Amino acid sequence: MALGVGCTARPGKSRTNKTGAWRVFKPVFKHNKCTKCGICSMVCPEGCIVEQDDEFYIPDYDYCKGCGLCAEECPAEDIEMTKEEK
Amino acid sequence: MRFTEGSLAVAEAARLCRPDVVSAYPITPQTHIVEALAEMVADGTLDAEYITVESEFSALSACLGAVAAGSRAYSATTSQGLFLMFEVCFNLAGMRLPMVMTVANRAVSAPISIWNDQQDSISLRDSGWMQFYAEDNQEAADLHYLGYRVAEDHRVLLPAMVCFDGFILTHTYEPVDIPSQEEVDAYLPRFAPLARLDAQDPISFGMLANPDYYMEFRYANDQAINKAKEKIREYGKEFAAKFGRDYSAFVEGYALEDAETVLVAMGSLCGTVKEAIDEMRAAGKKVGLLKIRVYRPFPVEEVAAALSGARRVAVLDKNISLGSKGAVALEVKDALYGLGIPVLDYIVGLGGRDVRKRDIARIVELTEKGEGDLFYGLREGMG
Repeated sequence: MALGVGCTARPGKSRTNKTGAWRVFKPVFKHNKCTKCGICSMVCPEGCIVEQDDEFYIPDYDYCKGCGLCAEECPAEDIEMTKEEK
Repeated sequence: MRFTEGSLAVAEAARLCRPDVVSAYPITPQTHIVEALAEMVADGTLDAEYITVESEFSALSACLGAVAAGSRAYSATTSQGLFLMFEVCFNLAGMRLPMVMTVANRAVSAPISIWNDQQDSISLRDSGWMQFYAEDNQEAADLHYLGYRVAEDHRVLLPAMVCFDGFILTHTYEPVDIPSQEEVDAYLPRFAPLARLDAQDPISFGMLANPDYYMEFRYANDQAINKAKEKIREYGKEFAAKFGRDYSAFVEGYALEDAETVLVAMGSLCGTVKEAIDEMRAAGKKVGLLKIRVYRPFPVEEVAAALSGARRVAVLDKNISLGSKGAVALEVKDALYGLGIPVLDYIVGLGGRDVRKRDIARIVELTEKGEGDLFYGLREGMG
């Protein structure tokens, strides 16, 4: 567990304290019609959508809360929100 | 031995525990305690920061910050003041920050009442604090030394409430043995925090725990308060060896051995019950008392063992979980589940209503007839 007795945390613990667990819908980045515009990354409230070496964007599911803003704003409609069973 | 007021005995005990920080807001019937401590700090006989605040919420928040920074903190309150602290109480327990707070038990509003019952601290029973209930002022004072010792143990790390009845004890003069500073120092070491706020080595307390972690923290809290049982026994025995008074047991029996009817009570009421039992015993009635000193963690096994020989049990509750029963009776029923011993509940002494020896005798008669689960002694026409 990333947190100590009394739910204590040292600086930088948000890297190990994963906060993506409350997600109900998961954004699937299909990369079919994607134009690499990066709007998904700009609107992500978690800042967890990162440009890769191939210039495509993918979300970090450890932190993605499934809000769906990326899918809503994607001009190419290339991100699909799918129900996630845990 | 000193002949002193209950509040002053508790203030002396608090001073001997060497708190680094005292923060409290005056409220009847707790006021004499914090007045005395403020005077000690002003006179230089207590080397502590006395933080004056505008409310009890701030008082306990100041203590929370102080403990998180590695200080030993002390506060005292009652009734509405304790209710203002409600949120902070849960935070101290959840952040595993140990301290001791005295609760001078008082009824709660509305209607407003400054007189005694135990509804205030009982309403905080789920907060994760240990709760001790004192029968007399000696016990009230002593439970502070024990309280800090148990609270600060790294296997426990939880705050503790020392509850003693408002006015009945706080404003009553009794002989109280106040140990020397050297004796208390030899029993109670300096607070050694597991983690503390430090700008050079930053840490945060009580961080976000998502659904995949939160339950584990609540479980850890429950484990810790149950672990306190072992530590109360251990440090209670050590206290007995040093000071001659034994608080290692969570419950105390009085005339229990052959008792057919056993009364269960907490706090100053136990003194009255003992007197009533002496009279009933002299008249040939086999009556006994089980006094509960530690209400949280609740000593299920000890209560069951102590009551297993009883024919019937009468619980005297100075509180009422409205829409249910008295909080002590509910616990006792749980402890005796399956043993087939009837447990009857009597709500007594709310808002300072006197509970006299003849009331105890009358309650024993009612118990023998199987009449219980009631508010005892209501006025005619108002029940």
